[in-house]
Formats: sequence, structure tokens, C-alpha cells
Amino acid sequence: MTEVNESGMNRRGLMRCMGWAGVGALYTLASGGLSSIGLDEALAQTPRPANTKPFTFLQISDSHIGFDKAANPDTRGTFMEAVAKAKALPTGPDFILHTGDISHLSKDDQFAEAEAIISEIGVPVFYTPGEHDMLDEGGGKAYLARFGKGTKGTGWYSFDHRGVHFVALVNVADLKPGGMAHIGEDQLAWLKDDLAPLGSSTPLVVFAHIPLWTVYADWGWGTDDSAQALALLARFGSVTVLNGHIHQILQKAEGNITFHSARSTAYPQPAPGAAPSPGPLKVPAEQLPGVLGIRTAAFVRGDTPIALIDSSLA
Amino acid sequence: MFARRSILTSVVLLSLTAGPLAAAPGPVAAVTIRNFAFVPAILTVAPGTTVTWTNTDEDPHAPAANDKSFRSPALDTNDKFAFTFTKLGDYAYFCVMHPHMTGRIVVKAP
Repeated sequence: MTEVNESGMNRRGLMRCMGWAGVGALYTLASGGLSSIGLDEALAQTPRPANTKPFTFLQISDSHIGFDKAANPDTRGTFMEAVAKAKALPTGPDFILHTGDISHLSKDDQFAEAEAIISEIGVPVFYTPGEHDMLDEGGGKAYLARFGKGTKGTGWYSFDHRGVHFVALVNVADLKPGGMAHIGEDQLAWLKDDLAPLGSSTPLVVFAHIPLWTVYADWGWGTDDSAQALALLARFGSVTVLNGHIHQILQKAEGNITFHSARSTAYPQPAPGAAPSPGPLKVPAEQLPGVLGIRTAAFVRGDTPIALIDSSLA
Repeated sequence: MFARRSILTSVVLLSLTAGPLAAAPGPVAAVTIRNFAFVPAILTVAPGTTVTWTNTDEDPHAPAANDKSFRSPALDTNDKFAFTFTKLGDYAYFCVMHPHMTGRIVVKAP
């Protein structure tokens, strides 16, 4: 089953796309095929002229390797199914964003297993941690040791790919009593500096684990200081915010910013407020593949700025 | 005063039936983590009481004091964490994974 979500082609969207195509026309297309970039290389780059050749990337989220309870006794198996689905795509993605909860309990063997499985797709993977990845004694040091090379602070970074600026935010570190997810002053200051040199027509993709809009405060499904981050994003014509954490597809648009929550590859969670609490939701075994999945994101020149296709494992 | 003492007593009795904790030298009390909440949310104990948190959710949780006086490692389903409160005080705590989950341990002379 596939669900396509595209921004409506209203006047503003059309203008935005035309503007984007126009920007692309100022630059020459890079020669050669798709060049996948590693994080170190991406971090070493300064912003460069846009190249609007169409490309796709994947979002995979909430693999929870190590979880083995009733809601899904085999999270390794369903993660491998997700990887098989990614490998079978007609258009190979340039890279993958994993939006956190890679592991269930931050154990190094869980991180290692997840990394081994996802690496079979054969393209770079850009990670951001979930709260389940911060549970080692060092409060995230195990995650950083494996996935955080070249990142700043608790693991944030940015990179550019074919004219699109990607920003990985960490909103699961050092959380405050009574609050929700949190970005923090240091990261916000970095974000301000990171975005400063970019023109407003640069398409942005921002990814973090917990939603950057308040989906449901009673369950902590939101980010305390997201308004400060969104204020920095407001001047850009096309901003796509991708997250995981809530294990279900949800969308929201606010000005030029669209928010998209992805499915998990491990287990579903209840719709906001539909149960006494969040947490693993057990569905009949035959229904499980239909509520797990991956997401393909396509940048198509002259088309809508970004097209997201959520594919279940069914 | 009477009401508080009887609540305390019932908590202690409940805990004594839990098994290994009966061997603890001082008084004991229990907090259950259920449906992303600490139950009871406010627990009043005497100094020297060992409080044990038990996670009954399928999601892990990690209670920690706001003032950092105690911090549990992540508790998977049915895992327990115990801390002995020796000093009088009002200890606000939260789950470091799900910070909207909050509770208090009030340590008062009996």
C-alpha cells in the first residue's frame, strides 16, 4: 500500500516551484552520476551552487532494535524487510535519513546490528538520535561514538546535497523536568549561524526525532523550544520537517513549513489521545506489516518542491 | 497526621509482600510506573525509607531527581530501581526519557 503526499499546487506552491527552478537555471548541472556524500565530506563543504537534478532519499525511523515484546517480537526481521523494500525501489535513493530510536536501549550490540542491516542498502546513512538512543551511562556517548563523528554538541550537523540544505537536529538530550523534547540554546545558536549564509530560496529539509510541532502535549509529543527554531526557518520558501517518535504518519503545514511524522519499522503507537498512554500498540500479527513502513522523498525539478511517498511493509 | 501514617503503613505493608524487599533493613515503599505515569505521583515516607520504582510499561523509563540526587538507569519492563532517602526534603523527579512524567517523594519525620 502506498500513500502519496504532495503539497497542493496552489498559487504559492507554484510560485515557489518556479522560483526554485529559476534558481537552478542559474547554475550548471554537475557532471557525472549521483555522487553520494559522507557526513565528513558534507561537513567539510561550504554552501555551493545549487544543482536541481532530481534525486530521492529515504527516511527510515524508529527501528527499535532490541525490542522483543508482544507488539513485535521480531524488530530485527521487520527492519530487514524495510531494508529489502528500500533495495527494491526502482529509483535508488542517494542516501537515507534515520530519524532516531535506532536501538531500543542504547546497547552497543543493538546499534551495531541496526548499522549492519541498514548498510545493506549501500548508500550513506545520516542519523539523528531518539530518546531510546541516549540510555547508556554517558547519556548518549555510545550513540555519538558510533554515529556522531564530525557532529557538534549532542550530535547535530548539516549538509548540502544537490542544492538542498539538510539539517539534523537533536531534541532528545538533557530533557527538562515537566517539559517535552528540547533543542537548547547552544543548538539554536548553531542553527542560526548555520542558516545565515543561505538564500531564502534554498530548499531546506530539517530532521529530528520528536515532532517540532506540538502533536499532543499530554504525551510529550512536541518540542518545548521549537518556536525558536521555526522562527529561524520562517524566511525560507520551502521547508520540510521530518520526524519519527510517534510511529504513525501525520502532517501539518504552517506557512512555508510542512511537518511530516513517519512510521516506525518496529511497532505502531496509538493515535494521539486514543489510549491511556503512548507506547507499543499490539495489533493482530497479520495487520502489523500494514502499519510499519519507510518513506521515500523525491525532489523533482519543476514539480512540487518535495513529494513524500509512505510505503508500508504490507 | 493519622491519615498520612496510615497511608505510609499501607504502602509499607504492600511492599513487604513483594518478596526480596522484605529483607531491607529500613522501611520500604514502592512506586509503580504504569501508562507513562508514576503511581502514586506523590509519596510521603520517613527518613531512611528505601523507595523502589518498578516499570510495568512496555516502554522503558528512567526516573531521576530534578536536583540530580538520584538517577535510575533505563528500566525495561519489570526492571526495578531502589534509592534510600536519608535526608528530610521534597524530592521532585521526572523520567529523563519522557520528561512530562513527573513525581515527588516527600521525606518527613514520622
